[in-house]
Amino acid sequence: MTNRLSWFIIAMLVLGFAFLYGPILVLITYSFNANKLMTLWGGFSPRWYPVLLQDAAVLTAAKNSFIVAAVSATFATVLGTMAGYVLARYRKFHGRVAFSGMVTAPLVMPEVITGLSLLLLFKAMGQFFGWPERMGFSTVILAHITFCMSYVTVVMQSRFSVFDMSLEEAALDLGAKPLKTFMVITLPIVAPAVVSGWLLAFTISLDDLVITLYTNGPGSGTLPQLIFSKVRRGVDPTINALATLIIAVVATGVITSHILMTRSEKRRQRDIQAALQTNK
Amino acid sequence: MAAERAKAEPSTQIWNDPNAVPYIRIENVTKKFGDFVAVNNVSANIYRGELFALLGGSGCGKTTLLRMLAGFEQPTSGKIYIDGVDMADIPPYERPTNMMFQSYALFPHMTVEQNVAFGLKQDRMPVDQIKSRVDAILDMVQMRQFAHRKPHQLSGGQRQRVALARSLVKEPKLLLLDEPLGALDKKLREATQFEIMNIQDRLGITFIVVTHDQEEAMTLSTRIGVMNSGQIVQVGTPKEIYEYPNTKFVADFIGSVNLFEGHIIEDEPGHVLIDSAEAGTPIYIDHGISSAPGAKVWVAIRPEKMELSKANEGIGRNCAPGIVKGIAYMGNMSVYLIKLDSGKEVKVTMSNQRRAAEHAIDWDDKVYVSWHANSPVALLS
Repeated sequence: MTNRLSWFIIAMLVLGFAFLYGPILVLITYSFNANKLMTLWGGFSPRWYPVLLQDAAVLTAAKNSFIVAAVSATFATVLGTMAGYVLARYRKFHGRVAFSGMVTAPLVMPEVITGLSLLLLFKAMGQFFGWPERMGFSTVILAHITFCMSYVTVVMQSRFSVFDMSLEEAALDLGAKPLKTFMVITLPIVAPAVVSGWLLAFTISLDDLVITLYTNGPGSGTLPQLIFSKVRRGVDPTINALATLIIAVVATGVITSHILMTRSEKRRQRDIQAALQTNK
Repeated sequence: MAAERAKAEPSTQIWNDPNAVPYIRIENVTKKFGDFVAVNNVSANIYRGELFALLGGSGCGKTTLLRMLAGFEQPTSGKIYIDGVDMADIPPYERPTNMMFQSYALFPHMTVEQNVAFGLKQDRMPVDQIKSRVDAILDMVQMRQFAHRKPHQLSGGQRQRVALARSLVKEPKLLLLDEPLGALDKKLREATQFEIMNIQDRLGITFIVVTHDQEEAMTLSTRIGVMNSGQIVQVGTPKEIYEYPNTKFVADFIGSVNLFEGHIIEDEPGHVLIDSAEAGTPIYIDHGISSAPGAKVWVAIRPEKMELSKANEGIGRNCAPGIVKGIAYMGNMSVYLIKLDSGKEVKVTMSNQRRAAEHAIDWDDKVYVSWHANSPVALLS
């Protein structure tokens, strides 16, 4: 084993990164293309960005997307946390297998099917109960909650399954009732997992297209829907600018959360070392 | 140390008082997990102010019994009474017990102070009172200066003391300790053992300690309940358990022991005579055991209650010839491995009162292993 990286490893690394990020780099580069034709390089210019920010349709769609993503991520996090807790804690109850299978089914179900079935359900409900009258925020949010919840459930189930049960028992033992124990002991300790579950749900909701197409109505179109329809009408350089902005937002979020996590982990390690030193 | 305490306060042997009312009563408690019987029809009486140790190997049911006392498990059958109250329908958060967990279970997101105050807060105690109680208990375990640290900023021994403080601060009727010293190194263990005993003396709280460490049980407790496969096989003071084990299991589990299989020849109120092919000598014990002649027995003799000599001083019993097969010099004493003429190997420990050279017992020497007539214990099972 040598310490030097072999040329093979370096080549693999470069190829791997190129494969993953090449398309994104192309997209970002072309967002600064002065030429109106997307495939022809016409020199550097940021001119599409101001155009984008003055486009009312884009701004509305972006706002809609954030509303849908935030609301559905929040509900999905509450429901997913509950489902994950039950699945991790209660090893035996009637219908556990069915529940576990069904709660995670949307992960493997083709989106086309999920979207279609939701559409049919909403239509049938509208006929029988008079609600929802038409497709819109309520239906698209409900649809997003169903599949986002699956992801949160998986995250939370794995967190709860490694949770030290004796912490809850200690709280009960010291006189805290079960609900209080959950609120003041369990929830604060799993909070990082809850936050990452929420972020996961948020991003998944944000970039969903297929299910949204089935379950959304006029007036609440999301960003992916807008991009999709724009691309069908002919590719416009503003799309590149829009995509670049979305990438920037997502990347900032990911990098910030990563920095925060490594910092707290480093601080924890340093504290442990300090404790060990003073004990010597 | 336990023996010293008993000597100093002979009246504390409350369990020998037939009029004493037990503080904790465990009555025919059984716990099954599916088909597995974790605790099998256990009964025990524990008195106020005792430090009772449940001693046993892993999987003997001692932790399950402790968890039933705390209320984390419900007995499949049987009853538990604490201070006369049936605990059957009382959830953990309403029981007059507190537990110190094996893993300490300190809340990682709270400081030492918040951890200790947690239990008092649940009782809605006024803030200034909480503050003074927490400070007092942290002073007692010498953790006051670490009050604002989080658990991960503490060493193992410090965490252990915080866990102890947290379980003591509510002054429970019964304190349950699950392997309290398990994670500490030897020196810290010894210091903490005495600390726990001191605190117990001072606060007068009844303690039940679960442990697999016989030394810990011997040092800490007023009485020990030895557990094996879900049952308490013997209850007694550390001295009783060590000197008069009632089964082969207890004799073997507590300390080390030489066991000889044999048959009773004579059983009189004043003595027993046992023929043992394994010992290669008749065994004479100066107290009766009241059992039928010819019955199969096992004779247990502790290694330190045996003596080695090069000359045959025996009078035809309690003296077996053998060859020295090994010597382990341990400083304060030496352990000799002797192969008796019957083929059975026995361990004999001799304290090194004089310099080793004067002992002059060496490898492959022919020696005689002898013991006093009151040293062996005859066991029927």
